[in-house]
Amino acid sequence: MAALTPVKPTPASFYVPVVAAAGGFAGIFVGTAQGATLLGLVAGAALLAGIALLLAGALSEKEKAGRWGLFVLMALAGFTLGGLMGGIIGALFGWFFGWFIYWLSTGRYRQKLVPYLTPGQVLWHYTFRVICGAIFVFLITPIIVVMPLSFNAQDFFTFTPEMLRLDPDGFSMKHYDDFFTNSDWQNALWNSLTIAPMATLLSVTFGTLAAIGLSQPHVPYRQAIMAILISPMIVPLIISAAGMYFFYSRIGLQGTYIGVVLAHAALGIPFVIITVTATLVGFDRSLTRAAANMGANPTTTFFRIQMPLILPGVISGGLFAFITSFDEVVVVLFVGSAGQKTLPWQMFTGLREQISPTILAVATILVALSILLLATVEILRRRSERLRGMTPA
Amino acid sequence: MKLTTALLATSALVVSAGVASAQSMTIVSWGGAYSASQKNAYHDPYSEKTGVEIINDDSSAEAVAKLRAMNEAGNVTWDVVDVVGADAIRLCDEGLAMEIDHDEVLAAAPDGTSASDDFGDLIVSDCFVPQIVYSTTFGYRTDMVPAGVEAPNDICDVFDLETYPGKRALEKRPINNMEWALLCSGVAKEDVYDVLETEDGIAMALAKLDTIKDQTIWWSAGADTPQLLADGEIFMGSTYNGRLFSLIEEQGQPVGMMWDAQVFDLDGWIVPTGLSEERTKQAMDYLFFATDTQRLADQAKYISYGPARASSAPLVGKHASLGIDMAPHMPTDPANAANTFLFNYEWWADYRDDLDAKFQAWLAQ
Repeated sequence: MAALTPVKPTPASFYVPVVAAAGGFAGIFVGTAQGATLLGLVAGAALLAGIALLLAGALSEKEKAGRWGLFVLMALAGFTLGGLMGGIIGALFGWFFGWFIYWLSTGRYRQKLVPYLTPGQVLWHYTFRVICGAIFVFLITPIIVVMPLSFNAQDFFTFTPEMLRLDPDGFSMKHYDDFFTNSDWQNALWNSLTIAPMATLLSVTFGTLAAIGLSQPHVPYRQAIMAILISPMIVPLIISAAGMYFFYSRIGLQGTYIGVVLAHAALGIPFVIITVTATLVGFDRSLTRAAANMGANPTTTFFRIQMPLILPGVISGGLFAFITSFDEVVVVLFVGSAGQKTLPWQMFTGLREQISPTILAVATILVALSILLLATVEILRRRSERLRGMTPA
Repeated sequence: MKLTTALLATSALVVSAGVASAQSMTIVSWGGAYSASQKNAYHDPYSEKTGVEIINDDSSAEAVAKLRAMNEAGNVTWDVVDVVGADAIRLCDEGLAMEIDHDEVLAAAPDGTSASDDFGDLIVSDCFVPQIVYSTTFGYRTDMVPAGVEAPNDICDVFDLETYPGKRALEKRPINNMEWALLCSGVAKEDVYDVLETEDGIAMALAKLDTIKDQTIWWSAGADTPQLLADGEIFMGSTYNGRLFSLIEEQGQPVGMMWDAQVFDLDGWIVPTGLSEERTKQAMDYLFFATDTQRLADQAKYISYGPARASSAPLVGKHASLGIDMAPHMPTDPANAANTFLFNYEWWADYRDDLDAKFQAWLAQ
């Protein structure tokens, strides 16, 4: 849908103030880094206003040359001021402002919008995108910051001067090395990897059965049973943990592998029940009756008819149950003993007693794993949707 | 039905396995470099000698609460617990730690001095087997000392924002901070606790702390101050001397130690009550091994805390990997201990709750 919006150059009285405002905003950061916020603001605004006049006025016909020139000049200026890192930041600024100045001055910013929008609507259109971007940055920055820090050559959560200069001496793999060689971390990883799948298996089995049972109209007290089953999700975790601790101690399950698995299964069941119940809403009951009519017993009906249809719900419930067990630290602190120390537990003690950057290395690995896991599930889901779309129902 | 039977059988197996293996014991400590030093000096040699597997649990920070819960649940899973002196006194009073006859359970010194004489005054409770002497003292960034000014070497430099401008880090509790504040308000060392008993004394200490309150970051974990110093976020901060040693000598950070008015404290072992006879015997056997003169001196090879036995001091050698002499880094070294402050356990046991409340109220103002 290409709207035929006329594109015409804008007057300098429009693009110079806008570019100057953006320059002032960037100048605040550069200025604060040098210890002079106000000076940075003023200098940034003035500098960018001048550049905008020059590029859009004198060089308006030679856009390519103008943008490359600004890119190289800013990179060089950054490099002389702040070394390699300064050069990179300068180049990024140069690239952005080169694009920004021509985008505004040629009027291209209206190109993809419908022609009848008022200036106010155009402004809101882009403000909205900037706000969304800002929220995204706000959510993702804490996770991104962890990654370069995990390659720190020092034993602290600090961006050292060497790192900021991009000096290879400032970086090392030693925290990853520590994670893969230290027996504490390896035991914790092993414990997590043995507890989480077992807990997931139990949650998925019991949760799916419960969801199917509770979706039968003839079961009495369905609401009450449902409320009890999903209560581990609602009751504060610390209450469940303390209760489980005393109960498991009395029956000899406290501090055992089975105890932790059962506790985590109890926490995971509500997720499975909720996702499976949601998929069962769209399930056509006449299919099971048809299967029974043709002589299939309930077990066969379940595995051949019902299970394949509710599988997406079961899988996403299982994924939640797995993540719950894999991330859980409160319950395992109570129900487990040192022999069942899981990864989050080890991270928790490491963070409190030692602030060791090995935690950052582990966090980076876990983030990468989570992305891989979620991406795989998403690809599989799309594939099955595509396959289903291709076969006529 | 089959599934249930299988599950029950497995859980029964696991439970019996957990009870049957008396050949392992759980030792609770503080984690980090401190646990590592104990592993090297005590756990590994002990496992090698006896074949007992030692499981480390880094839960000393919540030892009192957890022991109470275990006792209530009737399921004590810890065998030996490393706690600070004050916690040992509390646990002993509550009957959660066993009373130990030091001369009967522990080894005598090589020259035949009995264990109780060798540890001397450091046995602050009948349940407590002292292990190390540590101190809480200040570290400062050497590169942030203003030009032309001497590096801080007096506890009152902490309160002197004019000569030493910059952020401070202090522990988020009244202990130590109140004493230091009074010392720098002109109260004589021996009068500190008498003054702190009065309302005026508390007001005086808080008024002194008020002068640096807006420049202070409050820490609660031992690792905080080293991190803040490494960041250059603060100019000086209090923490345990072993953390500062590792920051300066092992990490090579531009940080100096100010030993003035360091506060001594003790750390050591207790054995929980409610263990089976077999496990108690095992725990005592471990204590006999781990607290003899040579082992205590060995621990000082890995961390700069002073051994609690008088007879261990001459045996303190060089750092295991750095090869530097450890004696000058001990809080008990005469040069470092020129001006020390003795932490008064009994006084704090009586006044802690009251002062905690007042201190927190002051913090919130």
